[in-house]
Amino acid sequence: MQVPAPFDYVRATSVAEALQLLERHGEEARLIAGGHSLLPMMKLRLARPDWIIDINDLDELRHVTVDGGLLRVGALTRHADLLDSEEVGRLFPIVHDAERVIADPVVRNRGTIGGSLAQADPAEDLTTVCDVLRAEVVVAGPAGERTVPMAEFHRGPYETACGQNELLVEVRFPVRAGQGSAYEKVERRVGDWAVAAAGAAVVLADDGTIAEAAVGLTALGLEGLATDAAAALVGQRPGEEAFAAAGRLAAEASAPVEDGRGPVDYKRHLADELTRRVMRTAVARAGALTAVPGG
Amino acid sequence: MTTVQDRSAMPQEREPNPALSDPDRPIGYGRVQRKEDPRFIRGRGRYLDDIVLPGMLHGAILRSPVAHARLVSVDTTEALAHPKVRAVVTGKDLEGLNLAWAPTLSADVQAVLATDKVRFQGQEVAFVVADDRYAARDALELIDVEYEDLPPVVDARRALDPGAPVIRDDKEGQTDNHVFDWEAGDAAATDAVFARADVVVSEEVVYPRVHPAPMETCGAIADYEPVEGRLTLYETSQAPHAHRTLFAMVAGIPEHKIRVISPDIGGGFGNKVGIYPGYILAVVGSIVTGRPVKWVEDRSENLMSTSFARDYIMRGEVAATREGKILAVRTTVLADHGAFNATAQPTKYPAGFFSIFTGSYDLEAAHCSVTGVYTNKAPGGVAYACSFRVTEAVYLVERMVDVLAAELAMDPAELRLKNFIRPEQFPYRNKTGWEYDSGDYEPAMRMAMDRIGYADLRREQAERRDRGELMGIGVSFFTETVGAGPRKHMDIVGLGMADGAEVRVHPTGKAVVRLSVQTQGQGHETTFAQILAEELGIPPEDIDVVHGDTDNTPFGLGTYGSRSTPVSGGAVALAARKVKDKARLIAAAMLETRPEDLEWEKGRWFVAGDPTVGKTIAEIALGAHGTVALPEGVDGNLDAEVTYDPPNLTFPFGAYICVVDVDPGTGKVHVRRFVAVDDCGTRINPMIVEGQIHGGLADGVGMALMEFIGFDEQGNCLGGSFMDYLIPTAVEVPDWETGYTVTPSPHHPIGAKGIGESATVGSPPAVVNAVVDALAPFGIRHMDMPCTPARVWAAMQGRPTPPV
Ligand SMILES: Cc1cc2nc3c(=O)[nH]c(=O)nc-3n(C[C@H](O)[C@H](O)[C@H](O)COP(=O)(O)OP(=O)(O)OC[C@H]3O[C@@H](n4cnc5c(N)ncnc54)[C@H](O)[C@@H]3O)c2cc1C
Repeated sequence: MQVPAPFDYVRATSVAEALQLLERHGEEARLIAGGHSLLPMMKLRLARPDWIIDINDLDELRHVTVDGGLLRVGALTRHADLLDSEEVGRLFPIVHDAERVIADPVVRNRGTIGGSLAQADPAEDLTTVCDVLRAEVVVAGPAGERTVPMAEFHRGPYETACGQNELLVEVRFPVRAGQGSAYEKVERRVGDWAVAAAGAAVVLADDGTIAEAAVGLTALGLEGLATDAAAALVGQRPGEEAFAAAGRLAAEASAPVEDGRGPVDYKRHLADELTRRVMRTAVARAGALTAVPGG
Repeated sequence: MTTVQDRSAMPQEREPNPALSDPDRPIGYGRVQRKEDPRFIRGRGRYLDDIVLPGMLHGAILRSPVAHARLVSVDTTEALAHPKVRAVVTGKDLEGLNLAWAPTLSADVQAVLATDKVRFQGQEVAFVVADDRYAARDALELIDVEYEDLPPVVDARRALDPGAPVIRDDKEGQTDNHVFDWEAGDAAATDAVFARADVVVSEEVVYPRVHPAPMETCGAIADYEPVEGRLTLYETSQAPHAHRTLFAMVAGIPEHKIRVISPDIGGGFGNKVGIYPGYILAVVGSIVTGRPVKWVEDRSENLMSTSFARDYIMRGEVAATREGKILAVRTTVLADHGAFNATAQPTKYPAGFFSIFTGSYDLEAAHCSVTGVYTNKAPGGVAYACSFRVTEAVYLVERMVDVLAAELAMDPAELRLKNFIRPEQFPYRNKTGWEYDSGDYEPAMRMAMDRIGYADLRREQAERRDRGELMGIGVSFFTETVGAGPRKHMDIVGLGMADGAEVRVHPTGKAVVRLSVQTQGQGHETTFAQILAEELGIPPEDIDVVHGDTDNTPFGLGTYGSRSTPVSGGAVALAARKVKDKARLIAAAMLETRPEDLEWEKGRWFVAGDPTVGKTIAEIALGAHGTVALPEGVDGNLDAEVTYDPPNLTFPFGAYICVVDVDPGTGKVHVRRFVAVDDCGTRINPMIVEGQIHGGLADGVGMALMEFIGFDEQGNCLGGSFMDYLIPTAVEVPDWETGYTVTPSPHHPIGAKGIGESATVGSPPAVVNAVVDALAPFGIRHMDMPCTPARVWAAMQGRPTPPV
């Protein structure tokens, strides 16, 4: 059994109280949601918070609702909740693609979307998904709530716009008619973090050409979207030629590092290969969704 | 789960006589449900960490963060000042007790706590005893150690370079990193065959370092009672008796005052054969504090510091005729033994039974030479279900036969069939000196090919290749040598490899059998009850199996190398037969007849010619303990004890075929099907046999596809957690399809051969052969394990690389 360094523990009963506790205990306090990133780090003594503020009682942060053209997902929503939601799968198949390959059922039963985005692990899958879907993140702080586009929220590995005294409360996804989306990951074994992964979302024009596209990469050293790849797709007729061009540009945009999961050339190859694959699937799925619910 | 064999259609599987018992509750061999499972399933198993003794303290080990460094100083002042710390032990303290170094199982020594240098990352440097586990761990951070870095030896290929840093400068006269040279077979004869062969293939084949990774990590609780000088030691041990003897030799506590208890064990796979520094430190901690001390390692400690497995770099060569007759196999091996030679092998076999690399083939000549070297890595090398290096041997020959098949453009299954030792050649003496006891290889191979639909699969493969799809079919055929050993040839640190069993039939006809071997999940409590049941006709549920406590069991060397059934199983059968013979004398007295006039049917002696007159074992037991006038020389019990010294090893075999699909875009391998046909001789409990096979196959898929302990250039271990050291899940393995043939061992009392390691030994080559077969369109003939997506992709680019 691996044992963490000493810490104190407190359970918040409301968002306001969680914010007060963060304020009171300062720099060495950490929120805990699912605990599946924080606790392993504590057991390895890579993280040594003095205070753990448990937000698992904050039911107001656990919801999945569609409202006014937005899918609103509370920060404490578990991976398993997202996977269980048929509506999420219908509106954003990319979310289910990704959730199916995040860890294993045990982790998915506890791990949360808020914890995932806040942790901002370079191999974490939902950041890419949120990037590609141009999600917005709602952050609560001492001065109230603010809404931050994903592009600004995620600043790099383990770095986000969420301050030490702030709390991520909700993630909002704009529902787009005709959008198709997909995610694919290569892992060494089920439950392993990504060797590499890619996500894409597209909207097709009436003439069948690509009207909008977004491509994102996971564990490949690219922060934010692969904008050149997306730009090369827009206006094109979907097909292998266009996907190959996008794949090539995504690979160029990637900056992978060698580790136990693979060398640089392999990972760059995957940026290309997986971009082409998710584009194929996303295009095939586009158009399936015609009416925007509740919008 | 599919069982290929229809049970009713298998006459070889000995079904119980329906006249004697209910077929679902056989009195003897058959599918008896495991007697130990109710307790495991209900969470009532009692593992080491479940044991809490009054006043127990907790130990934690400070480990070296670097692979090679001089130890300048260890300052424990602050740790000792921690309010919950009871003792801190350093290498210097142990030196004073003459305990800083302990003998290994291979005539080397290993540091219990470092005194001069640290020699691998994770090596034990200091030991803290505290009131609880948390405090012990916290106090480790208060110990101040100064290291002076030394250059490490990481790559075994560089270990013998002239300028290589000498790791073992503690050993007098040691001027390099050489551990041993060992050879088997006839070098000159082999070279002569190679010189005249039509075809020679050669390949460097690496069996990378892997870890047994049992679910339960290693640990010990030492309870030293100073008044009487008694030590009770609870340990995760596969060999409690051998451990007790070694503790007596090392710690100077007389053997009769040591009691070793091995409770339920959560998996061993060889990982729990050796004595780790932590066990010795728990004893020291208990002596120093006068309280029981528990030490249980965490997952990273287990992966980084305990007995690894494999790590063989093998150059394999095969000589053959153009028609595909294999003439000779030759190999040179570089064996990485880590910083201390702590491998558990019989004394005369520093490379274990690697010389079984001649496989299942009738050769004209064979030769191997093995060189062991020290590196700055964790010591060990026995482990992981390898039956003493048979795993490496089988992998080498089965990989090389496929390389030959590629060279000759022959089907690998056909090539094997052409070269098998024929049934009439058994007992067969191979070219490195083993006498294979029995075998009939072709039916097993044909059965595996039939089950999987070999010809159809080859057709499907051709069609898929035309479409650019990568499908591979991998064949492997293995012969193991297990059940060590005859004790005149085989010992571990001087203790002969025999094992014992003691049988007692209680007055009411229930029985107890006490074993020297130690289950770690193999189902001994059931299998050994069934052996006794088959011999004496006592139902298995009426038989208690006792093991894992040196105060209550006969001496023996324990469970590893698939030796429990071949050795202690033989002992149980022979002890039962002694009981049966004695029962005959007592029955004759009870029936007032002559022993010669009695006949046996399962569970009962009766008068020949009048079957209605007889005595059951229960009646005889009561007679023995009662008032029956016993014949002269017969004492009043139904007990017997046997220490079984096997005349030879046993040679299980099997034919495995694996089908994989490889994603050409990502290199990801999917194992589609796996057929395993095993022959372990007599099948005592076919369900347990299949369970052993399923587990071993999963092990094999894991090693072939993902398991690997790597190191960086500084000697940092890259496999120190389950995030980096991957073991397979149900998702990575297919539904196993098992079949069997039965070729009993002619020299074993019940014809049983041992099954514990067959699948671990036989499956990695089947999987790798399948992957390499899938990659054939890229001109690939060999790639090393693990076949991870990245490594398979590199092979597809024409750059297969050895693992580092
Ligand atoms: C074996 C294993 C495999 C995994 N595999 C994958 C994988 O393949 N892909 C993947 O994406 N993830 C994977 N994960 C991570 C998993 O998805 C985690 O659950 C997730 O990263 C973190 O979510 P959590 O709720 O557990 O966060 P916690 O561990 O509770 O917290 C993580 C960090 O986020 C902060 N935090 C949590 N909630 C909030 C909030 N509302 N506002 C502000 N800060 C907050 C915490 O203070 C902490 O710093 C894996 C985890 C494990 C244990």
